[in-house]
Amino acid sequence: MTEIWSGFVRAIELIISLDPEVMEIAGKSLMISVTSTLLASLICLPLASLIHFNRFVGKRLLINFIQTLYSLPTVVVGLFVFVFFSRAGPLGGLDIMFTPTLMVIGQVFLILPILLGLIISALGGVDRPLIDTAFSLGASSFQAAVIILREARYAVVAAIIMGFSRAISEVGLAIMVGGNIKGFTRVLTTAISLETSKGELELSIALGIILLAIALIVNLALNRLQQR
Amino acid sequence: MSLIEIKNLCHRYSGQEVLKNIDMELKKGELLALIGPTGAGKTTLLRLIGLLETPTSGRIYFDGIDVTASGRVRLEIRRRLAFVLQKPVVFNLSVYDNIACGLRWRGQRRGDIKEKVSRILEVIGLSATGNRNARTLSGGEAQRVAIARAIIVEPQILLLDEPTANLDPISVAKIEELISIISRQYKTTIVMATHDMSQGQRLADRIGVLVDGSMVQVGDSRQVFSFPRNRQVAEFVGIGNIIDGVIAASKAGVVTINSGGTVIEAISDYGVGEAVSACIRPEDIILSLSKTKSSARNSFTGQVKEVVLAGSLARVEIDCGLRLVALVTKKSADELKLKSGHRVCASFKASGVHVIKRN
Repeated sequence: MTEIWSGFVRAIELIISLDPEVMEIAGKSLMISVTSTLLASLICLPLASLIHFNRFVGKRLLINFIQTLYSLPTVVVGLFVFVFFSRAGPLGGLDIMFTPTLMVIGQVFLILPILLGLIISALGGVDRPLIDTAFSLGASSFQAAVIILREARYAVVAAIIMGFSRAISEVGLAIMVGGNIKGFTRVLTTAISLETSKGELELSIALGIILLAIALIVNLALNRLQQR
Repeated sequence: MSLIEIKNLCHRYSGQEVLKNIDMELKKGELLALIGPTGAGKTTLLRLIGLLETPTSGRIYFDGIDVTASGRVRLEIRRRLAFVLQKPVVFNLSVYDNIACGLRWRGQRRGDIKEKVSRILEVIGLSATGNRNARTLSGGEAQRVAIARAIIVEPQILLLDEPTANLDPISVAKIEELISIISRQYKTTIVMATHDMSQGQRLADRIGVLVDGSMVQVGDSRQVFSFPRNRQVAEFVGIGNIIDGVIAASKAGVVTINSGGTVIEAISDYGVGEAVSACIRPEDIILSLSKTKSSARNSFTGQVKEVVLAGSLARVEIDCGLRLVALVTKKSADELKLKSGHRVCASFKASGVHVIKRN
């Protein structure tokens, strides 16, 4: 128990003193997770609308498949990304192994199913007459999708929060394709993992608290967006 | 030239035929009311005209353009019409933004939008609520916003699905007035589905009767309400007295119909032996205490079975060999002291009987 308390005190100290190393790690975590969430959202918003608004054979099956991928372990995504982007892999020529860029790409793949599935569900929660109303007032398919996404904004933002949470809290992928390189690809979760293995429990707890604080701030910001 | 032309339109929902061979034309500036019982296919027909669905077969022409074709044409045509759905759904936005959305989607200038929205808010009497979230409006107010949102884009065709369903009488009157303004002043072509026949009668230039997915009759309100084409229409428009019989004699356009021994005279071209139904509107039956000398060819004495008051009118059921229903003013019911068990004379003219062939 004392470790948790001292971890908490240490976290406050580190935050107040703006410890350069911790700030760098926290900043990297935030940057990578926000970028991947943003990219995944940009892909998922139109894709989810496309799937939701169109009728096609196998639609239900596709949605079931997407939902199954919610339980994709981060290490499995890490493994696939590793295989594709390692020097011998088909995309090895890009030479982005163990870089923040590849961590972003990996996280995009990781949170894509959850974002896509939850946004489709969010759109499904909008009453059919609202969609009809949009079309009956002369909306193009794109304009209708925008207003319906706006109608579903609470659930859509909840989906984005969920995606961000999964991105910032994952560790397997970050280690496998990032490599936990100090000052380059080290993020909060990989740092916690490392410090714990070194027996630096106080610092680990402090980093954990900082991670939660960042998640809290991002959630608050997204909630503000939700209420607009 | 017709603004809308519908040819041989059929529509199925999960194997069930909802609309059968609909042929219909609509002229510019006309207000057509679609009446018919619930489930007759009124909403489906509106949804097809509104391009919210594609028909199973048949064609819809808008200004001569076949809109059953897909893609870009459909969006262009959709932007020339507006549809107010039965349940007034509003977007979770302010009243102003709700009304402005159609204009924004058409890429109109911000200044123009502001001017048009303020003007229409005045017309619908909701100027003070512009900034309120539309979800906080009452049913009647939401319906007015839904109509305003549709007419602000100045559609060539306005489709209204039961615009006054589930509203209080004051809201109904306001909405009917609004529809009347849109039709008369703006000359907008309107197709309105309603199950309220009197509303159709009040507002429409023509009335189309849909029964079981078929357009059974189209005509002006006099044609539909006094001369229904068949028994289904007669029942739906509240003819009240539909008496089955056989034509026993015919002379110079006047026929004698025998209904179980009772004889009714009517004006008809049907020949002797034809199985027919005589339709008499309850308000065409005159009640008196004794047989009076009048031009009415049909006169029956019988016993009052029931008197039901409805506002300023009284619905009187009489058993005079035939079961007749008459509609008189409450005042004359009082004067005649109509009560069940009393004897009364019911008379109606031969020209007040509309004869339809039985299937």
